This record gives sequence, structure tokens and C-alpha cells, in this order.
Amino acid sequence: MSKKVAMAGMFTALAMIFSYVEVLIPINLGIPGMKLGLANLVVVVALYTMGAPMAFAVSMVRILLVSVTFGSLAAMLYSLAGGILSFCGMMLLKKIPNFSMVGVSVAGGILHNIGQLAVAMAVVENIHLISYLPPLLIAGTVTGMLIGIVSNQVVPRIKHVLK
Amino acid sequence: MKKGDILLICAVLVLAAAGLIYMNLGGKKSGGTLTVTVGGDVYDTYDLAEDQDVSLDIDGWHNQFRIKNGVVSMLEADCPDKYCVEHAPIDKVGETIVCLPHKVVLEITEGEEARDVDA
Repeated sequence: MSKKVAMAGMFTALAMIFSYVEVLIPINLGIPGMKLGLANLVVVVALYTMGAPMAFAVSMVRILLVSVTFGSLAAMLYSLAGGILSFCGMMLLKKIPNFSMVGVSVAGGILHNIGQLAVAMAVVENIHLISYLPPLLIAGTVTGMLIGIVSNQVVPRIKHVLK
Repeated sequence: MKKGDILLICAVLVLAAAGLIYMNLGGKKSGGTLTVTVGGDVYDTYDLAEDQDVSLDIDGWHNQFRIKNGVVSMLEADCPDKYCVEHAPIDKVGETIVCLPHKVVLEITEGEEARDVDA
């Protein structure tokens, strides 16, 4: 049990680093908090090695800590919306046999963006923000695919460490 | 990579492409009016034909935008991310510049006539 907790802690720290590094990549889509979603790599790996409950904890704790350290209460709201939607989607999709880590990552990435965009649209009460959706979907798909491919390599190699 | 993955990726990319096509097809007209909303409520409207610099100082926050040659851009803002300032200038109907921390939206609208491109 303590090994699991230690591993989860490490994963959370790793996810935080990914979040931080992401900020250094100058991609601006006009909506704050809308980033590539590299930290999702850690969540996907956690999902496939530690199971859904632990992975969810890693994701949520990461969002909370990153929001408190680098962001704001508002940013936390957007991230949580995206994070929860993303995780639920990933968890459900993982159970369907026709989907591998790639599909799950893609779903996670785009759902995270959709969640954030939906909250932003609600906050400013403006439907026209939906024009940000197509580029976000494309960016989310590309990142999701990359994360899926990397996860495919990482998970089998570290699975035995976490058992 | 499994069947479902490919299906999902294709579906999403098709959706995104369709969205982009729709946005560019619906007659990208140059707009006539800038509508500024704060927190969802209309704050004021500005005629794009009139070059002007406008300062918004609401709730202790500061945004400043410029209308010049029918194009709107955000000059300065004291929000933490400054995405609004970095945003490319807008001039077509439906385009927006958003300052999310300040809940400010600069949106190009048609003007007096009712919009029929989208709701």
C-alpha cells in the first residue's frame, strides 16, 4: 500500500513538471489554460498501470497543486472541468476492447479541451468561443496520438515495477 | 493502434475540418460593429468605421483595445496571461478576442441588421 502511495506521489510530481514545461511552449489559442496537455501522459500511464482510482487521484491532485502554485482559482475551475471530463472519458473508453492507449489518450486530450472551452463559454456567456474548437480538436488529437504512442512504450516496461 | 482508435481520430479530424470549413464558408464578411461584453452582459458597442482607442477600467481591471481601419486589437491588459493582447487582430463577423480573467469579450457583430449567418 505504501509503495502504491509513493508511486502515485512520484507520478503526481512528474505530472506537475510536465504541466510546468508545457507553459514554456509558446502556443497561444487565446484561452488561458488551454495547453497541449502533456501531463496527460502521466495520467494515461497511471491509468494503465495503477488503475482508475489511483490515476484519478494523480490527475486531481496534479490539477489542484498546479493551480495553486502557478495558476488561479479561475484556472483551477477550467482545469478541473477539463480534467474530470477527460478522465471519465478515458476510463470508459479503456473498457472498450477496440480502443488502445492511443485512442484513450486522444479522447482524454480532446475532452480536456472541450471541458475547458465549455466552462469558458459559460463564464463569458458567449457561444462564439466555439470557434476555438476546431484548432483545439486538431491540436488535442495530435498530442493525444503522441502521448498514446509514448504510453505504449512506457507502460509495458514499468508495469512490473508497480505490481 | 486499433480499429476504434483510427475511427475516433478520423471522426474528430473530420469534425474539426467541417467546423473550419463552415466558419470560412459562411461569408466571411467584414463586420460593422464591435460589441464588448463583460461577464456576459453587453457593456457597449463601437462602430468599426470610427478609429478609436478605448480603455476599459472595470472592477479595478484594465483592458485597452484599438479600432483602426475596421480591425480590432487588444493593446494592453493587466491580466496574468495576456493571451488577449497576443491574439491576432480581428475584423470578421463572429470573431472574438477574449480576456478570460477579466471576462471581457470583444466580438465583431453585424451592426443594426440582424445576423443571419449564425445565432
